[in-house]
Amino acid sequence: MHEDTPIRYSEQYGSGNLARRHLWGTVLMIAGIFSIAVAVLMLVILVGDVVIKAFGLNMERPFAWLRPEFFSNFDSRFPQRAGAKAAVFGTIYTILLTIVVALPVGVSAAIYLEEYAQDTWWARLIEINISNLAAVPSVIYGLLGLQVFARWLFLGRSIVTGALTLALLVVPIIIVASREAIRAVPASMRQASFGLGATRWQTVWHIVLPQAVGGILTGSILAISRAIGETAPLITIGALTFVPFLPRNVFDVFTVLPIQIFNWVSRPQEEFRALAAAGILVLLVILISINGVAMYLRSRFQKRY
Amino acid sequence: MGIDLRQSPHKGRVIGERVIQGLLLTAAVVSVLTTTGIIFSLISETIAFFREVSIIEYFTATEWTPLFAVKKYGIFTLVSATLLTSAIALAVAVPLGLTAAIYLSEFAGERVRSPIKSVLEILAGIPTVVYGFFALTVVTPFLKTLNPDISIFNSLSAGLVMGIMIVPLITSLSEDALSAVPNSLREAAYGLGSTRFEVATKVVVPAAFSGIVASFILAMSRAIGETMIVAIAAGQTPKFTFDPTVPVMTMTSYIVQVSLGDVPYGSLSYYTLFAVGMTLFTFTFVLNMVSYWVVRRFREVYD
Repeated sequence: MHEDTPIRYSEQYGSGNLARRHLWGTVLMIAGIFSIAVAVLMLVILVGDVVIKAFGLNMERPFAWLRPEFFSNFDSRFPQRAGAKAAVFGTIYTILLTIVVALPVGVSAAIYLEEYAQDTWWARLIEINISNLAAVPSVIYGLLGLQVFARWLFLGRSIVTGALTLALLVVPIIIVASREAIRAVPASMRQASFGLGATRWQTVWHIVLPQAVGGILTGSILAISRAIGETAPLITIGALTFVPFLPRNVFDVFTVLPIQIFNWVSRPQEEFRALAAAGILVLLVILISINGVAMYLRSRFQKRY
Repeated sequence: MGIDLRQSPHKGRVIGERVIQGLLLTAAVVSVLTTTGIIFSLISETIAFFREVSIIEYFTATEWTPLFAVKKYGIFTLVSATLLTSAIALAVAVPLGLTAAIYLSEFAGERVRSPIKSVLEILAGIPTVVYGFFALTVVTPFLKTLNPDISIFNSLSAGLVMGIMIVPLITSLSEDALSAVPNSLREAAYGLGSTRFEVATKVVVPAAFSGIVASFILAMSRAIGETMIVAIAAGQTPKFTFDPTVPVMTMTSYIVQVSLGDVPYGSLSYYTLFAVGMTLFTFTFVLNMVSYWVVRRFREVYD
């Protein structure tokens, strides 16, 4: 009889011991669960730590740094008197202006690329360019804003400079999200519209956009939430760190919440770290509510064809 | 009253269509202008910089002291710090991000997948200034209990936190690549008697290899350009070193440090901002190009 069979199943997989081979699968699965657990744990520690510090639970005498005065006081050299009024208003003004600029530009560009552009070298250039822009570090956008808006256009360290810089930063994100939403509208709807004699723009305005508005809004909201948390490009254009007044108009100097947080973190006293934690808590609550709205819109407008 | 067909195509309507198309094209061109503006402003000020500082010194000196009496401009001082923090970040993010992606794509059921993805989305949405706060006030004190000699500002803490920040990027991009591998390949491998581990590591990961590598490269590019975490937690001391326990200064934290002061236009320190920015931009641009190339060159297409 053939006692030495020429076929050896074990050749490729070592011992060929099935239990051991399954064990490796379990090891890989546990490694994956471990990785996710690390990420979740970090999130929990981060948020927990911010809450504890913002309410002074780690200090000898607990003190709620996140209190009404936090919103009604300007920054100060004395932590007990310092607040984020200028930063909160600065963030609101800057972000509103960013939306006004970035949303029309981003959505229009997406409409052009999806509904008008032919497959030419020009359209492909714009496309490669957008995917490249999305990967440019935000601090580089700050240098662009410093040179082009602050210096060449004489806009200085104003809200306008900040908003234009942030708008350029989020436009690629809005374009990518809007294109995806527009592409999801079935071609048959466009053909039906053309068949009824509608022009291209009428089709876009009355047929495509109403169908795509949910996706466009969701993507744009997430892009704006990115802008709200940006710090580096605004520091680079020269946004101030100490602003004890409200901006009078959009050409005035300003600060924003993330810069205020950065400023407080950079001071050595424990009390200012606590103020930073209060600012972070406000920022996180804003961002999480915005994300909640985006998720709601996504489910509300979700369509199946 | 019906529509008078003899009147169409309406002339005004045709003009209106043209105007709208022109406006939409203008919006699309803004993105090209942005790139042009970035490259143009970086190059013009970098040229101005090299009129005053020798290019040989820039690439060979090992000190960076633009604010001292004896000024030295050795960019590799800053580059070494950037590479050090980025390497630490990748050492954390690559294993965590990839195993998490494999778990989500090959092991997890639909029920756990979506809450996990939401958590990762939240992590990805946290502003970097918050991560910087976390590094300086939580991770560094923790590291100090393990090793009291570590400085308050150090690249280890910044790098570790940057790694956590990058995990969602690697996980979501890699998971997309893994999920794009058709099930027929998995089924064929199972049919040949493979275990889950073998299917995952010998079939699915090799098939998704280009996407996974691209995610690593984009993560690297992200780490190199990351600003606030290193500006807050890694220090402001330019030093050519690969010791993770001492304060260092990356390219991005130099840009922040100079911007916080009042930089007069046209001064040498104004130009250094752009020379450093140009170097940073070159790094990330090359990495993005490489990732683009990897995806195109090594992609396996299934139909």
